Amino acid sequence: MNFSDILTMRHELMLTVLALVVLIIDLNLHNRDKHYIIPITLALFFIHTVVGFLPAEKSVLFGGMYQTKPLLVMMKNILNVGVLIILLQSVTWLKKEENREKISEYFILLFSTLIGMYFMISSGDFLMFYLGLELATIPIAALAAYTHHNTKSAEAGIKLLLTSALSSGILLFGISLIYGATGSIYFDTVTELYKNSPMQVLAFIFFFTGMAFKISLVPFHLWTADVYEGAPINVTSYLSVISKGAAAFILIILMFTVFNKIAPIYNHILYLIAVLTMTVGNLFALRQKNMKRFLAFSSIAQAGFILLGILGGNVLGMTSVIYFVLVYIFSNLGAFGVVSAISTVTGKESMDDYDGLYATNPKLSLLMMLALFSLAGIPPVAGFFGKFFLFASAASAGYYWLVFIAVLNATISLYYYLLVVKAMFINKNETPLAYFKSDLATRTGLVLAGLGIFILGFWSQIYEVINNLSFGLIH
Amino acid sequence: MSILNLFIIVPLLTVGGILLTRDLKQSRLVSAIGMGIQMILSFVLVYLYLHERAAGNMATMLFTYDALWFPTLNIHYALGVDGISVAMIALTGIVVFAGIFASWKMTYLPREFFISLIILASGVFGFFISVDLFTMFLFYELAVIPMYLLIGIWGSGPKEYSAMKLTLMLMAGSAMLMVGILGIYFFSAPNGHLTFNLMEISKIKIPLEMQRFLFPFTFVGFGILGALFPFHTWSPDGHASAPTAVSMLHAGVLMKLGGYGAFRVAIFLMPEAAHEQAWIFLILTSISVVYGAFSAAVQNDLKYINAYSSVSHCGLVLFAVLMMNQTAMNGAIVQMISHGLMTALFFALIGMIYGRTHTRIIQEMGGLMKVIPFLGVVYVIAGLASLGLPGFSGFVAEMIIFTGAFQHVDLFHRVITIMAASSIVITAVYILRVVGLLLMGPIKNDHFLHLDDAKWYERISTITLVLAITAIGVAPFWLTNMINYSLAPIVEKLAAIQITSLF
Repeated sequence: MNFSDILTMRHELMLTVLALVVLIIDLNLHNRDKHYIIPITLALFFIHTVVGFLPAEKSVLFGGMYQTKPLLVMMKNILNVGVLIILLQSVTWLKKEENREKISEYFILLFSTLIGMYFMISSGDFLMFYLGLELATIPIAALAAYTHHNTKSAEAGIKLLLTSALSSGILLFGISLIYGATGSIYFDTVTELYKNSPMQVLAFIFFFTGMAFKISLVPFHLWTADVYEGAPINVTSYLSVISKGAAAFILIILMFTVFNKIAPIYNHILYLIAVLTMTVGNLFALRQKNMKRFLAFSSIAQAGFILLGILGGNVLGMTSVIYFVLVYIFSNLGAFGVVSAISTVTGKESMDDYDGLYATNPKLSLLMMLALFSLAGIPPVAGFFGKFFLFASAASAGYYWLVFIAVLNATISLYYYLLVVKAMFINKNETPLAYFKSDLATRTGLVLAGLGIFILGFWSQIYEVINNLSFGLIH
Repeated sequence: MSILNLFIIVPLLTVGGILLTRDLKQSRLVSAIGMGIQMILSFVLVYLYLHERAAGNMATMLFTYDALWFPTLNIHYALGVDGISVAMIALTGIVVFAGIFASWKMTYLPREFFISLIILASGVFGFFISVDLFTMFLFYELAVIPMYLLIGIWGSGPKEYSAMKLTLMLMAGSAMLMVGILGIYFFSAPNGHLTFNLMEISKIKIPLEMQRFLFPFTFVGFGILGALFPFHTWSPDGHASAPTAVSMLHAGVLMKLGGYGAFRVAIFLMPEAAHEQAWIFLILTSISVVYGAFSAAVQNDLKYINAYSSVSHCGLVLFAVLMMNQTAMNGAIVQMISHGLMTALFFALIGMIYGRTHTRIIQEMGGLMKVIPFLGVVYVIAGLASLGLPGFSGFVAEMIIFTGAFQHVDLFHRVITIMAASSIVITAVYILRVVGLLLMGPIKNDHFLHLDDAKWYERISTITLVLAITAIGVAPFWLTNMINYSLAPIVEKLAAIQITSLF
């Protein structure tokens, strides 16, 4: 291993350095100057994101523990863009008096989890995978309890910690069974040795259950709503978008490589869980009045759609899942961005507070509507394309009834998304939320999300790039 | 560049133009100019189309334009028109133009109103010019979703309920459609190269078992938009709550997407299954026809009367399509156009009358012919056209449909044709009932004595539509010839099949 090999880890290395730099700057700043950390970190992270797009090569490090490929780099870049938008959207909130002393904590914890996700995506064996997963999870619990003087936030932190400890335990048990059944923890070796012996199937079930906790698939979703509601809004959007996206990425990679041989068995499980996740997520979302809980349940339903792409089991499935996550990041960040902007300025989070919003804040309402339409899969915004390709991949494997159930679920989801649209555009309100002007960072974040929602669909080039990269991974 | 691209570009430019405007006066002017250009464009298209055909161009689709969009999935942005779509585009052009003038006094959020209306229109135009199933589906959904805002924000009565019901039912329809389209796509290439292109798929035969599975999905998916019984219930509520221009566009044009798609996609691509299953849907559509007419006869709200009459007339379109012979299908297309114009005229008139009397209940009105003679006379014209008086388009359409339907010699088709034809009588009942109560007799309310007759913009709106209805009624041959030519390949494909139907 030489120096240039190390450079293939540039995402991980740069972000580690970045986190340390933030820490050092924080140590050297006087208390009243702490807010300078925000622009510095944003600028550094922006550079990090841009550098991430430089061409990357395939390489393997540490005897196969760490691997990188253009596809994996692509996934990391997608996460980076999402994180950048979240950082922009959290500026106003961070500048608040109560958060002044812990600005750097927010960034460092967030970057730690992101590094964990990088390692998870790039892992070449189950050990590295597990380390990455834990690094990606535990700091988030601290983030969820960021406003710890607020009981709900503290509750969210402890709930997240407990459930992730439980799910990690289950996952680890699955991994130990895999080791017992194959004698190896390296993905390549396990892939070769994996057959459908009962023990291996059992190992898969434990492993998958652990992952299902992370992606919040039904029936392992119960922690989601409380944590999402309690955590600060920007942490919620990080949890539901970036964290879930990263877990979906690694899940689909493992399903298509390591566990590929037991696909005929796991397809039955996935089918059932997909139907449950979409339906239960949707039915719970119908009744929510708090915008954060509402988006939490809708994101559970969205996770169910991702399983459709995994069921497709081919390049189309792989591409459509990555493409869907990309679109989902932008759409969800659009919605969360609006909720965050409103909640930071006015402190209002209930759907009733949105009544008549269009009269006072037309731009926010329009962006919210587009984001919700994108989540519901309505043309011409990007969500339509994302959903269509996911459904196409499930149909390519012959799951027509599943596609029908999924599209019906998309219709149910349209109902509750329209409830928000109705509140903003149709409902009359004597005292709507007053007009306010967000600061530059928030607006940039919202505009970026809005642009993504519009452009990603029409710009077929993006889909083709993902498709070409995915082609290398499977067969 | 094909001329068809303009049908997408002009609405987009119009929307961009409206964004720059400030108040009602400017935005309605921009919309009127934009949609005026669009209407003229559609007439130019009719002319160019006839010109090409006269010059001996035998291609099925003219003015084709094809751009590869998603190469790996072989999704194209593919355009092309035949005689049928040209006719539908002309219809859309007229109705949208008239719709802009019918909403001349839209004071509440005018910019947003016109933008939504034009997005809806561009969805409809896009649907008719697409020959790629993916873009067709995209435009279909694009046309449906603005309805929610249009009815929800600018509607009347239980508008939120109606808007939600309409949107969700139509979206459930498009859920079925999605399954159908994906199924067709994955069986579109026996030799490997999958395609969404309608014309290419029509050359191959989709396996019969798949057809049996996919046909109901596709047909019902489109049928919901075409008010197929028992999925028609969104239509009366939606139409009654919608503002005038939206009712016009929706009943006049949007419902036609259902009929058009049903034969262009469902029957054209899966003729074997269509033959097998036609009897089920024939029964359902004839229920639509008769039940819709009976329902219209007992309503007291003008909009509900017309909405149920639309269910009945659109049911007749699907009924004729399912007869699957040249004459009946020709009738179906003429009926789509004729009903589109008639019903748009009706809804425009209802909006104008409501704007003056502030009621839509027919018992509360009476003798209006004396105070607003122009609107009264036009209402009678629309009514007579609707009940199929010779000289208007309705007669031509119904005549052709029932002639075609009666060409089937077996008992089932004969009986069902007679049942459906009975709707003509019921139509006469509800039309004459309205005309009698609304326009004739004594004036029941003193406030009605001083009503103004139609303004200039209202006259533009109505006269455009009356002219079109009469033109088709007096000289239907240019329309039927145009349609017949393009129907030929479809009918040939249908005729080549060994009929294995139950009946």
